[in-house]
Amino acid sequence: MIAPDRALWARAVSGALRRFGPLAALLLMCAILALLSEHFLTFANLLNVFRQSSVNALLALGQLLVIITAGIDLSVGSILGLCCVLAAIMLKAGAPSWLALAAALAAGAGLGTINGLLFTKLRLPHPFIPTLGMMNVARGLALVITGGFPVSELPAGFRWWGAGAVAGIPAPVIVVVGFCALFHLFLTRTTLGRDLYAIGGNRQAALLSGVPVDRRLTMAYSISGAMSAAGAIVLAGRMNSGFPLAGVGTELDSIAAVIIGGASFFGGAGTVLGTLVGALIMGVLRNGLNLLNVSAYWQTVVIGAVIVAAVWVDVVRQRAAERSRAAGR
Amino acid sequence: MNEPRLRLEHIWKAFSGVPALEDVSFEVLPGEVHALVGENGAGKSTLMNIASGVLPPDAGRAYWEGEPVTLRSPRQAQELGIGFVHQELALVPALSAGENIFLGRLPARRAGLGWVRWGEIHQRARALLADLGHDIDPRRPVAELSVGERQLVEIGRALSLRARLVIMDEPTAPLAEHETARLFEVIGRLRRRGVSVIYITHRLKEVYQGPDRVTVLRDGRSVASGPVAGMPLEELVRHMVGRPAREQFPAGESCARPEEALRVEGFSARGRISDISFRVHRGEIVGLAGLAGSGRTELLEALFGAAERDAGRVFIEGRPVDIRTPADAIRGGLALIPDDRKAKGLILGASVRCNMVLAAERQLLIRADREAEQTGRMARELRLRTPGAEQPVGQLSGGNQQKVVLARWLLTGAKIFLLDEPTRGIDVGAKAEIYAIIRGLAARGAAIVLVSSELEEILHLADRVLVLHRGRLAGELARAEASEERVMRLATGGSPQ
Repeated sequence: MIAPDRALWARAVSGALRRFGPLAALLLMCAILALLSEHFLTFANLLNVFRQSSVNALLALGQLLVIITAGIDLSVGSILGLCCVLAAIMLKAGAPSWLALAAALAAGAGLGTINGLLFTKLRLPHPFIPTLGMMNVARGLALVITGGFPVSELPAGFRWWGAGAVAGIPAPVIVVVGFCALFHLFLTRTTLGRDLYAIGGNRQAALLSGVPVDRRLTMAYSISGAMSAAGAIVLAGRMNSGFPLAGVGTELDSIAAVIIGGASFFGGAGTVLGTLVGALIMGVLRNGLNLLNVSAYWQTVVIGAVIVAAVWVDVVRQRAAERSRAAGR
Repeated sequence: MNEPRLRLEHIWKAFSGVPALEDVSFEVLPGEVHALVGENGAGKSTLMNIASGVLPPDAGRAYWEGEPVTLRSPRQAQELGIGFVHQELALVPALSAGENIFLGRLPARRAGLGWVRWGEIHQRARALLADLGHDIDPRRPVAELSVGERQLVEIGRALSLRARLVIMDEPTAPLAEHETARLFEVIGRLRRRGVSVIYITHRLKEVYQGPDRVTVLRDGRSVASGPVAGMPLEELVRHMVGRPAREQFPAGESCARPEEALRVEGFSARGRISDISFRVHRGEIVGLAGLAGSGRTELLEALFGAAERDAGRVFIEGRPVDIRTPADAIRGGLALIPDDRKAKGLILGASVRCNMVLAAERQLLIRADREAEQTGRMARELRLRTPGAEQPVGQLSGGNQQKVVLARWLLTGAKIFLLDEPTRGIDVGAKAEIYAIIRGLAARGAAIVLVSSELEEILHLADRVLVLHRGRLAGELARAEASEERVMRLATGGSPQ
């Protein structure tokens, strides 16, 4: 029953890559940037990076739940856009901030629930399909409601979520840290969270063990929708407007953050810490390349390469795990 | 004169040390229909995979029409003239019948970049299928064809490659009666044209409906071979089973109690199983025997709420229950050990602990201390050999993996265990341990339904044996009257006498 040395090694390497790989990559990048630019390693700049990464981090947390179940949510950017304009319109109509906030969260969760129900009840072959549909529908609705124009000048109480601060710490950073703690507890300490890993690891085995697979999947997509709304609140607050094209392309950023953070595209694995690190890696890359006067066009090229490299690491890790599994038998 | 079309001599083959074929010789003559029979795991498919170049033998020689050959790849076997009609048909459903027949070598105007000549494809495909006595429109997508028609397309494909030997792996398993008759007629046509056919089957009746000769494999050895006319059914069964006497195992004490645990009435599901009724008592082990594809797995999964059912009622301890999902079944005290441990039973990348507690009753918050206690208790009780509770379960041996699955259900407090091939793919020592665990469950009053392809196992453990044939209950044998011959006869569609 004792696995041979090589298998143990393969496992150790694979575990270390998953657990510490993204964090090590982030620290390495920070070290290099600190050497290249005197402006990088300042408290203000680091806080700035964190703040700029906050919307992506919020979306990525929702995306993480979905990716753990071996799914994907392409609609997070569009739901963000729709929730942005929804909240802005309510505020302009005189609704109190808390109501606009609650309405945006409810709308996001509702649209996410629709994603989940379309996937599980209609037995669509892959979540790609319902969330691709939702991506278009939600964006279209955001444009229909606003006629394509931004809804600007929001009350200060609402803007605080995007632009406020407590003791010098930007509110978005506080929101992200709060959600990270919540999601970490959810995924590691509750049976609901663990069911998501079981479903992603082997859906059939989870089903035959009595896990209500369809309900859990729907829950994951609902939460992902709600996190899009949370991102919308932060973004609308920061931009002081509800912009119908807000969040275009962010669905792919959120997927990239989760994958760079060491979650498996095949499901069954992924952590909150990794996802946060993934979002920060993308933020640090953008920030650092800005400081180094690299054009925005080249930044996109670099980020693309980082995504491919991160998934390649995952593939190598998978192969190592399979080898150790084979050797262990 | 009359060289065998294909002759395999002294073939040996082992999979990771476990022998699958030991010194098997086999030949098929020109224009001969040769039946290859044996129990599950006797080595039939392995032998045919070697004959068609899919697997290399560890040792042995092959001769094609008298010439020594090395069967290196399916493609090379194809070029020699060996065609294989697979059990799970190797066709592309979305493409037309004609395109499937010429897949990989579509006639085109010029080699390389060329326009496909659809007219020629359809005309030649139509002619091939007509030769087999059937009128299938070659433009129809394969997805629209019945299983029987798909087989014809595969046979047509083999013939288009000028096959002189066609191997059919259990071709009648998925067929309805009338389609079976049609297939026999096609085989007759092939024989008249001098094509040899090797015909793997589980259904002994069919050996007497066409084949000229029959070879019996048992435990990886060829135990009998000769003209069908000289091999009556009795003898065939005896060769397959190998043991004239059944009292190889001392019969264990039955723990059956009078109280009924599970009653099933008129259970049917999607044409795979029909009108099955039976009951199991507390402490009783009921064996469910039948050939592969007879509906055993389908029955257990439908009972467990994991597959659809059309009709039937289920009673647990006399009370009617409505089981629609596995969660309902678990609440009713049922447990299912699925037939495919890796695909349906375990989350291979997750830890022993995660896998064990997956089905147990639980609150929202995870209680680490309770889980540690449960996992530790189960590991001791089942004598699980693992470096620790956090070990990924995929790294354990097959026997220990199965113990993890069993532990999961012991932790739910299940009272009725549906065991589907509980010892598949695990070594002899671990098998004995699993048997002891099953006996222990029964002794504590659990009701057990045991599905196994190994008749020995069923006869060894079961107090009563139910036999399925083509989705129906073909008969029931008490322990005293159950023998491998009787079970096999019922399972192949015969009468028990």
